Formats: sequence, C-alpha cells, structure tokens
Amino acid sequence: MRDFVELWVYLSATPLFGLTATLVTYVIAHGVYTRLGQPPWANPVLWTVVALALLLGVTGMPYPTYFSGAQFIHFLLGPAVVALAWPMWQRRAELRARAWPLLLAALAGGTAAAGSAVAIGWAAGLPTEVLASLAPKSVTAPVAMGIAAQLGGIPALAAVFAVLTGLVGAVSAKYLLDALRITSPEIRGFALGTASHGVGAARAMQVHPTAGAYAALALGLQVLLAALLMPLALMLFKNF
Amino acid sequence: MDMLRGFALLLTCQSAGEALSRLAHLPLPGPVIGLLLLWALLNVPAVRVPVAAAAEPLLGHLSLLFVPVGVGVVAHLGLLGQYGGRMMAAIVLSTWAGIAVSALVLRALLPPMPGPVSAPTPAANGNGSA
Repeated sequence: MRDFVELWVYLSATPLFGLTATLVTYVIAHGVYTRLGQPPWANPVLWTVVALALLLGVTGMPYPTYFSGAQFIHFLLGPAVVALAWPMWQRRAELRARAWPLLLAALAGGTAAAGSAVAIGWAAGLPTEVLASLAPKSVTAPVAMGIAAQLGGIPALAAVFAVLTGLVGAVSAKYLLDALRITSPEIRGFALGTASHGVGAARAMQVHPTAGAYAALALGLQVLLAALLMPLALMLFKNF
Repeated sequence: MDMLRGFALLLTCQSAGEALSRLAHLPLPGPVIGLLLLWALLNVPAVRVPVAAAAEPLLGHLSLLFVPVGVGVVAHLGLLGQYGGRMMAAIVLSTWAGIAVSALVLRALLPPMPGPVSAPTPAANGNGSA
C-alpha cells in the first residue's frame, strides 16, 4: 500500500499523467460513443471532460499539474486552426460560387450568437470582463482567447466558454435543426460550425462528410470574421 | 514522411503568422494568419499531399484537442459557481440563436439545391480528401 502511495505521488507529479489520462479517457469515451451509434448526448468530449474533472476532484490534483501533461494536446489547437486552410481550399470553387450567401450567413449567425450572449449576460448582471469573455465564445478556443484578451476579458474563461458553447451545439443542434426542418447537410454543417466551432464541426464530420466540410468552412469563416470584426466593433463602441 | 512534412509546413505557417501578427501589430491572431498563408501556399501543387497527410488526421480528431481546456472548467469553479446559472443561460440560448439564424439565413439565400445535383458535388470536388 505504501509503495502504491509513493508510486502515485511520483506519477501524479509528472506530465505523463495528464497526457495519459486525457488520451485514455478520450479513447474510451469515443469507443462508447461509436458503440451507441453516435447519439449527440454521448458526445465524447463532454464525457471525457466530466470524467477527468471528477478524477481531478477525487485525487485532489491541481489543474496546473494536470495541464502540464495535457498541454501537449492543447498545443495542437494552433496547428489545427492553420490546417483548416486545407478543407476550405479543397472547396474553393463551391466557396467562390456561394461566397455571398455563405459570408452573410456566417456574419448573421456569428452576430446573433455573440450579440445575444452579451445581451443576455448584460441583462443578467454579469460583470464586464465576463461579458468580454462571452463575446468570442463561438470562435474556436485559441482564437477566442486572443480576442478576449484584446477585448479586456479573461482568456482562460473565454476558452472555457468556447468549449461549453461547442458542447451545447454538438449535443443539441440535431434537435434544433430537426425542429426547424432543415435537412440539407450543407446547411446543417454550416450552422454547427458557425455557432459551435471545432466541437460542433467534429460532430458534423462524424455524421456526414458534406456536413463536416461545411462545418470546417463555417469555422474558418467565423475565425476570420470574429478576429477582424470584434476588435473593430469594440473600437467603434468605445468611440461613441 | 508526408505527414511530418505537412506538420512542418503547418508549424512554419503558424510561426510565420505569429511573427507577422506581432511585428506588424495585425488584429488577427497568429494561427489565423497562418491559415491564410497556408491557403496561399496551397497554390503550389507539391505541398498539397503533405498538407493533406497532416491536416486530415489533425482535423479528424479535432474534438480531442478541446479536452484540456474543457477540464479547465474545474479551475474556474469559483467564478462559475457565483454566476453559473446565468452564464449557462447566456451560453445555451446564444448558441441556439447562432445555429438557428445561420441555418435560416443560409436556407433563404442559397439557390434551392436539388438533392441529386448537390450530392455528387463533394465527391467531384473532394478528390484530394480520399
């Protein structure tokens, strides 16, 4: 027993633990998700996060210790944003032909998501730095952190909001889009990528390849639009 | 080797993006400039196979990459506890608003897509993705 405690004390202090726990939990969660026939509520990110949060709670491991290992996975978010150029470039012909509808839909959806988040948060009396962290929540996490910092928000909180937004979309979009009677995989994927970025796009890719490509496209557009327009909107807002 | 070459290209674009963003004080984050640089680079046919070999597995497991930040909810339990309900209401309702608005706008603006015509399009365009 004492050996085991010593082993745990040693292992839990190395980055190996955070990395291993993240990968193993995700692989298990993904296996369950696939076996159940990919129902939205069994989302692997959702259950991996819940399981790891419980694990940290039970073992009393501080988040920075966990993150010292998990950062190797987290780091890949940056190259993943760059990699979005590939699915977008592959569909450049479709993109050019449908440029205006796609751009307008991305702009309208992004504005609706960010605007309603800030409006609801403001009406609920949330502090300003929380509102500034809510605004970029429909953008993929690393970019949301950068935008939140520029807007005067809390980057770490913005990243958490972005992940929660992604999960809400991935888990509930199917029911919402069914209720709106939207059947085309292009539109369903695009809506998921617009409002719930990478987590939503990952869900869309699993459901339908066309939906996945449009989700990746929407995610890329959202990143560009938000990065360009949000600081601009804040500048205008501050000057008036 | 293609995958490593592709990954090197992704990282080079990201690094160049970070450098440009900081040196020129651009409002775009480094990875976003990297995305634009890679788009331009894809006009060179030789980079397409390596980029595909690195980008496809990376994007195929995109959801895994959000786990570490998701677990970060734990680190913000204080703030979430104080405002938790209101924050969740803002997040859930605004996400639904974003999904509904983008889907309805796109449906209204896209020319009606007859099923049989729109179906082969990805196959015809996505020859590199197989």
